[in-house]
Amino acid sequence: MFRLVKYLKKYKLQVILGPVFKLTEAVFELIVPLVMAEIINVGIKNNDSDYIWKMGGVLVILGVLGLTFALICQYMASKASQGFGTELRRELFHHISTLSHSELDEFGTPSLITRLTSDINQLQVAVAMLIRLVVRAPFLVIGSTIMAFTINVKLALIFLAVIPMVALVLWLVTTKTVPFYKTIQQKLDKTSLITRENLVGARAVRAFAKQEHEQKRFKDNAQDIEQAAVRAGKISALLSPVNAIILNLAIVLIVWFGGFAVDTGSLTQGEVIALVNYLNQILLALVVVANLVVIFTKSAACAARVNEVFDTKPSVNENSVNAMADTNAPAVVFKDVYFSYHDNGEYALQNISFTANKGETIGIIGGTGSGKSTLINLIPRFYDANKGEVMVFGNNVADYSFSELRRKIGIVPQKAVLFSGTLRENMRWGDENATDEEIDKALSIAQAKEFTDTLPEGLDTMILQGGKNFSGGQKQRLTIARALVSKPDILILDDSASALDFATDARLRSAIKENSRDMTVFIISQRANSVKAADKIIVLSDGEVEGIGTHRELLQSCPEYCQICLSQFSPEELEKEINGDE
Amino acid sequence: MSKRVKKYETSGFAVLKRLLSYTRPYGFYLAFTLISSVISALATLYAPVLIGDAVDHIIDTGNVDFDKIKPIIIQLAVVVIVGAVFQWFMGYCTNILTQRTVRDMRIMAFDKLEKVPLRYIDTTPHGDIISRVVTDIDTISDGLLQGFQQIFTGVVTIIGTLCFMFSINVSIALVVVLITPVSLVVASTIARLCSKKFKEQAKLRGQVTAMAEEYIGNQKVVKAFSYENRTEEDFERLNMELYRVGVRAQFYSALTNPSTRFVNGLVYAGVGIFGALSAISGMGGITVGQLYCFLSYANQYTKPFNEISGVVTELQSAFASARRIFAMIDSEDEPSDENNKVLTDAEGNVKLDSVEFSYLPEQELIKDLTLDVKKGQQIAIVGPTGCGKTTIINLLMRFYDTVSGSISVDGNNIKELTRDSLRLNYGMVLQETWIFEGTVRDNIAYGKPDATDAEIINAAKAAHCHSFIKRMKKGYDTVISDNSGISQGQKQLLCIARVMLTMPPMLILDEATSSIDTRTEMKIQSAFRKMTEGKTSFIVAHRLSTIKEADCILVMNKGRIIEVGNHNQLLAKGGFYADLYNSQFKKT
Repeated sequence: MFRLVKYLKKYKLQVILGPVFKLTEAVFELIVPLVMAEIINVGIKNNDSDYIWKMGGVLVILGVLGLTFALICQYMASKASQGFGTELRRELFHHISTLSHSELDEFGTPSLITRLTSDINQLQVAVAMLIRLVVRAPFLVIGSTIMAFTINVKLALIFLAVIPMVALVLWLVTTKTVPFYKTIQQKLDKTSLITRENLVGARAVRAFAKQEHEQKRFKDNAQDIEQAAVRAGKISALLSPVNAIILNLAIVLIVWFGGFAVDTGSLTQGEVIALVNYLNQILLALVVVANLVVIFTKSAACAARVNEVFDTKPSVNENSVNAMADTNAPAVVFKDVYFSYHDNGEYALQNISFTANKGETIGIIGGTGSGKSTLINLIPRFYDANKGEVMVFGNNVADYSFSELRRKIGIVPQKAVLFSGTLRENMRWGDENATDEEIDKALSIAQAKEFTDTLPEGLDTMILQGGKNFSGGQKQRLTIARALVSKPDILILDDSASALDFATDARLRSAIKENSRDMTVFIISQRANSVKAADKIIVLSDGEVEGIGTHRELLQSCPEYCQICLSQFSPEELEKEINGDE
Repeated sequence: MSKRVKKYETSGFAVLKRLLSYTRPYGFYLAFTLISSVISALATLYAPVLIGDAVDHIIDTGNVDFDKIKPIIIQLAVVVIVGAVFQWFMGYCTNILTQRTVRDMRIMAFDKLEKVPLRYIDTTPHGDIISRVVTDIDTISDGLLQGFQQIFTGVVTIIGTLCFMFSINVSIALVVVLITPVSLVVASTIARLCSKKFKEQAKLRGQVTAMAEEYIGNQKVVKAFSYENRTEEDFERLNMELYRVGVRAQFYSALTNPSTRFVNGLVYAGVGIFGALSAISGMGGITVGQLYCFLSYANQYTKPFNEISGVVTELQSAFASARRIFAMIDSEDEPSDENNKVLTDAEGNVKLDSVEFSYLPEQELIKDLTLDVKKGQQIAIVGPTGCGKTTIINLLMRFYDTVSGSISVDGNNIKELTRDSLRLNYGMVLQETWIFEGTVRDNIAYGKPDATDAEIINAAKAAHCHSFIKRMKKGYDTVISDNSGISQGQKQLLCIARVMLTMPPMLILDEATSSIDTRTEMKIQSAFRKMTEGKTSFIVAHRLSTIKEADCILVMNKGRIIEVGNHNQLLAKGGFYADLYNSQFKKT
């Protein structure tokens, strides 16, 4: 938890001054009864109404000063705690941005989001409490104990006995409740997971009429939270009463032994009252401490979860070398590449070697789960190869900075994702300064112009979250256009035309070719038709290369490829393809 | 956000009333909290009296009456322990009361998601809904817990000290009582100030969650574009906005405590001056000792006001969150279909009669669509993207209702059937896969939880996922989730297995095999064919090869059916379909 203190650095002033002002206010509060005593002892005794008015004025001034200081403290606490939360949120969001794909998969979106939102909110509360209360309580405890010692050392020993007992209770309660708070946070993650699943899968849930099942699933989880919270509450509710018993029994002891002391003349009645008052002072301070303990235990669980993210280091890292692209070298070269998603798992890719020259179109085809997406994910370094080398323009991909490497590459992922914002903003993802003409060009290559032109607000059309106001095929074309706007050297279409009809798909491919002769294009597809015209087709099966060559070559040499084609064309058509022009 | 999400603009009192109504099932705990807090507060008030008594018997050297002290001390010990025990009871009960209440509210909010029309889910940012179900409920829980704990003891303490004060001196007690409202006015003014800020804060938090959901959820796309810096800038903008509002909200709420304490300090000073002056003049009939006692009670009396006003701000924040939850709970359900007819084992005669539909009133999508599907027919829907194919499925499944015209199954208007029974008669596989966190087995058996292992494996085999499942670490018991290592195609196969297992009488396949390689697809097609024998099915596809054998192909363009017929008829016609079909083989 204390590791997070660095996010308070900017607010040092507030963190130090806040408690100082609070302390000053507490001192004023302690002076008030003394002034009142003066009013009674001096003012009333001497029948001095002027004095009473004067001292009354002092009381009011003390009040005003107290108010001012308290307000300053509150302002500092607000600024520091909100500032802390803001810094922490920024840093955590930044850290999440640096994580690689495998770590993101590990955590999962819902968990990252609860950490970014509700965990940080909780920590924010803790910081505010820290500034407002944390100094005051120990101040009162220690101050009261010292005052007790100045009155009577023997009786003050009771104070010394009380403090470790109270500390023990605090420690016990804290350690017992922490596991429950951890459980609660985990279950809160699950709450957001289930909610998310039900929002995304609303159609599937309803199609199977499983609403009640989902409700039960959520209910069970909510019940788990409730049970953990009740258990934790049962224990933390002990804190105040047990402390009250300890302190009041100490009062009993003071009264009893104080009685003896007075009897023998070593103490006065007034001093007994003073000692009792000091114990009461401590009790009041402990009530505050009890609240603090609950807040801090909760926060410790949150801090641990936030730190867990900070402790996770990206598995793919930027190297210090910053290579320059050699534009004469082949665009992409794979040399004996092996890759596995898990450290000891099966290889998802084995022994992959091929060369993609500048301006070539490379088709990648293969069955579901054959490793097509995995392969292209290595080019922009979303993952690092376990063995072998992936080269882009003459350098190992690891020798480029991420932005340098990824700027060269335009990727259109399988899942068409658009972001909320205007169409123009979305199109400018790859190139901030793209003009409307450039965007228009990209849209027309991507065959998206036919529908974007009909949008009444054109490029200013708002895209809803997840691009819900566009159909699947429209979204795919927009994501293709988005990748084209940045005019990448390498364009990767990861099965990104699956929702397009054949005619549009064909038009799209020929438009890409026409408009960018130097661009190396990777087309991943299930359709032989989409890759047929490629300069090279890589046939993948279970993570291994089955064949590389042109459509014609493969038809003659690669049985795997023939089978794929057979499943899509009629035998006569194929026959023609193989022998046709010869 | 949709216009249907009602703004819950009601007074704090109404919100409180409604919140309290949710505690009703736990009235027992509420009553017990009340009793416990009375007892513990009285014990807390009584202990000082006993201590005072005891001290009165410790007068001077050689003048200590131990015989009298002893019973008082024993009494004191009993009072303290009883007080403590009831204080614990109170803490325990309030905790149960709060946790169960918010649990119920959380469940209610979630249940709502299963009952609202899909339009609500399609148009509300998901992050915002998640923020409501997670963070807002937590805020309510904090507020309620504090509220229950402080308010009852506070009220008891106030009443108790008032009694003591009136018993000492009525006129000065009246002064105190008359000044009290000042602190209440101050507190409520500040509370009003806060409530606006809290609302703003809760709203911003929702926006932050929505943005995080979007950017973190799609981090892979963000990375592909090296867009990290700019997402961080976007996030920072909202983050700073939240900071600005947050500092204000927190500061305003923190105003209450010092301000009411200041008012109380004035009360204290006023009592002191008034009391002292009347003691000098001898008019008020008050002694010095009484004044001393009075002042200490006046002090005790004002303390609960501080605590309560502190709680009030916490409650304000809770109320802001409660309003958001209520708005969600109050959003309109899909119209009830309880009394509708239940459709079982549909024959599969589906009829669309001049159906019109649009998502937005100003954008007409489907116009005058009429279609008569006979039992056992396979209907394929083709056409350029965005022509309304998926929308037809939304209508068939009643995810959305037609604007005008009607759809009927076996002669029953689907609006007169229960939604669940209608939907259960369709097996639906969509292009957008849905995998929930759970085992492979649970995912496949989603529509038929009581399926045997043999049935599940058969379905998996029919959907060609058995082999890759077997290769997974724990086979059918491997826990998977939407973003765990399985590919899009594998997810689609699992979704198909899910439907293969339930064997419903009608089938809807919307690009169901778009991410699957063609060879597997062919095998799955034949499995589908076997499965759909004699069953009505609707198929949306781009790969025209997969629908050649359909009984009837609907060619759609711009929301209208432009051609109808089977493959050969349509080819012969040489129209839109023929163009579409031939474009597949065009040399590029």
